Amino acid sequence: MVRNDENTTSTIGEQLRRAGIPRRDFLKFCTELMIVAPIGLSITKKAWAGEVAADLLKAQRPPVIWLHFQDCTGCTETLLRTSRPGVADLILNIIDLEYHETLMPGSGKQAEEQLQSAMTKYAGKYVLVCEGSIPTKEAGIYFKLAGKPGTELLEDVASKAGAIIAIGSCASWGGLPSAGDNPTGANGVSDLIKGVPIVNLPGCPPNPYNLLGTVLEFVRTGALPELDSNLRPKFAYDRLIHEQCPRRAHFDNGRFAQVFGDDGHRHGWCLYKLGCKGPDTHAGCSTRHFNEMPDVWPIGIGAPCVGCTEKEIAFKVPMFQQASVHNFTPPATYPPIETGAGHPAHIATGLAGLIVGSAIGAAWTAAQRFQSSQEGAEANPPEPPKEMLPADDDPPQSNGRGQGA
Amino acid sequence: MSLTRRQLLKIGVVGGTSAALTGTAFAEEEPAAPHDAVGMLYDATLCIGCKSCVVACANANGLSADTRVDPLHQAPADLNSFTKNIIKLYTPAAGESGPYSFVKRQCMHCVDPFCAAACPFHALSKDPTTGVVSWTADKCIGCRYCQLACPFETPKFDWDAFNAKIIKCEFCKERLEKGQEPACTFVCPKKAVIFGRRDLMLREARRRIKESPGKYFEDRVYGEKEGGGTQVLYLSAVDFNKLGLPKLSPDEHPSRWLRWQERIMKGFILPIGVYGVIVGFLKQNFREHDKEMNEEHKKTGLLPQI
Repeated sequence: MVRNDENTTSTIGEQLRRAGIPRRDFLKFCTELMIVAPIGLSITKKAWAGEVAADLLKAQRPPVIWLHFQDCTGCTETLLRTSRPGVADLILNIIDLEYHETLMPGSGKQAEEQLQSAMTKYAGKYVLVCEGSIPTKEAGIYFKLAGKPGTELLEDVASKAGAIIAIGSCASWGGLPSAGDNPTGANGVSDLIKGVPIVNLPGCPPNPYNLLGTVLEFVRTGALPELDSNLRPKFAYDRLIHEQCPRRAHFDNGRFAQVFGDDGHRHGWCLYKLGCKGPDTHAGCSTRHFNEMPDVWPIGIGAPCVGCTEKEIAFKVPMFQQASVHNFTPPATYPPIETGAGHPAHIATGLAGLIVGSAIGAAWTAAQRFQSSQEGAEANPPEPPKEMLPADDDPPQSNGRGQGA
Repeated sequence: MSLTRRQLLKIGVVGGTSAALTGTAFAEEEPAAPHDAVGMLYDATLCIGCKSCVVACANANGLSADTRVDPLHQAPADLNSFTKNIIKLYTPAAGESGPYSFVKRQCMHCVDPFCAAACPFHALSKDPTTGVVSWTADKCIGCRYCQLACPFETPKFDWDAFNAKIIKCEFCKERLEKGQEPACTFVCPKKAVIFGRRDLMLREARRRIKESPGKYFEDRVYGEKEGGGTQVLYLSAVDFNKLGLPKLSPDEHPSRWLRWQERIMKGFILPIGVYGVIVGFLKQNFREHDKEMNEEHKKTGLLPQI
């Protein structure tokens, strides 16, 4: 961790020069940033990485206080696990990390003093990054720092922050600790803090470039990027994984891995039927892979997306349950010229023939009977009623019906 | 029954006069597209089957995806109440040689629309300037005569809806009003389907045929004359009939039949004439019948019966 108490107000450019980071590395970083945020950030709205770099080098290094709550430190790890040597260093030189429990050498009282001094020194200016969910049950006793429950700590630090970034799904809306019955009453930052601008960067873990893009935008322009209804920055969370998934061609062609390890799975076919939440999940993972390495992201290594950037999916919907498709597109197959009307089945034809035949037969028989009854009536005209008073035991024989039948 | 020569002549005169009155020769006029008629030219040899037009059409017209065949995709089997525009694939049958071909199907916007002719309430009508055939909900009674009348099987009935609609391509008329071209021609990446005035489209089609003779089926444009002409024109390397476009002779258009209907019904003279002939025969029959009846009465003394 680079700490320069006497140089905290330096610009990014000065700090990079001091740390001996080559310009080429910074240009690479700016290129990554442009890929992550091609739209939606004013700092990347430039013609090429050089212009982005020129702009960013002039910016003041943002003081950052990073608090851990109920977390797995995965978000910190993703910030550090960058493939090219020096990039983690680069990231830490761009921001002025004042307090971070995992990374700082000091501990105990020393660390606590550092937190208090940073809060006083940069009051109203620092960016607070929260990692992990905050337990609220039993007066917050499930998480304590320096003898204070998490809720109190958050309120203290957040009250003086310029902006709050909730990194990871836990800090955004509870995440894994809030799954099921939520035994600790885990909450996201935005559920507890009001009055300070909050950005959620959900993901388990999120892409570190989303964090840097948001922080740098805040530092350079003093405003947060445009957010969606879940307080996620649109530049990073406006698209569905499914829309730019490298395996999309397999989806469109109907080639699905049916079980883990089958032939289709080994061939890199679509993971939809294994429960991939790509069609339901807004995140940039399909274009911005992790650790600056191609294909380092869940779907890239054959694991279905779990929808970690969505409040209602990860840790809520069963992992292997199929997602619902929202944006329907045509498949890679085509309807033939002649469709619709099929050919009648033989049985159906036979049945129809039988019905028609019996109807005709019945009509003919009825006609015959009617005719013969007419003939019978003509042959035996009914007697005048006054002359014929039939006895009770005699069957009536007035109409002659049935003689011809 | 015997009919005297005189009676037959009397009946004949009534019928003949009325027939002569109505049967005056009319000059046969062919239907013509409006001067500013819009048109579309689809060249099947250029189409790559990307289905951009299918998606663009659905979006522009606010149609939801048809997932009845395939729950994951917008995969309509044919034009239907979800689909105003579709790309189909012609595959040569086994043992048949020849190229594959895509075909884009939508309303042809006939110069002389069959559906509008069949519609009893003019719910389907042709725009006098653009020639776009469109449907008016307020006038439709849901009889679906248009479906039966259309030789291209284009108008589709919204079977699932309570207040059903007739769904068919209307040339993106909202877009046309804004001065934009239809969504399908707008998105086509290969310009396999292009939009413009019908006469210009026809000229372009003829130019393409002239440029590469033998490339297109019979070196002709489908829709130039078929069924009195259509505003959507087709060029294809494959027999149009195989692409599902019916064989229609140039004079097989509804106004021809409508014209005859008009002549028959003109001033109601011919129907009255025909009716007169029938009544004449009936009267004659009754006279004979009365005669027989009276004779019978005289012979047997039974009361006269009808």
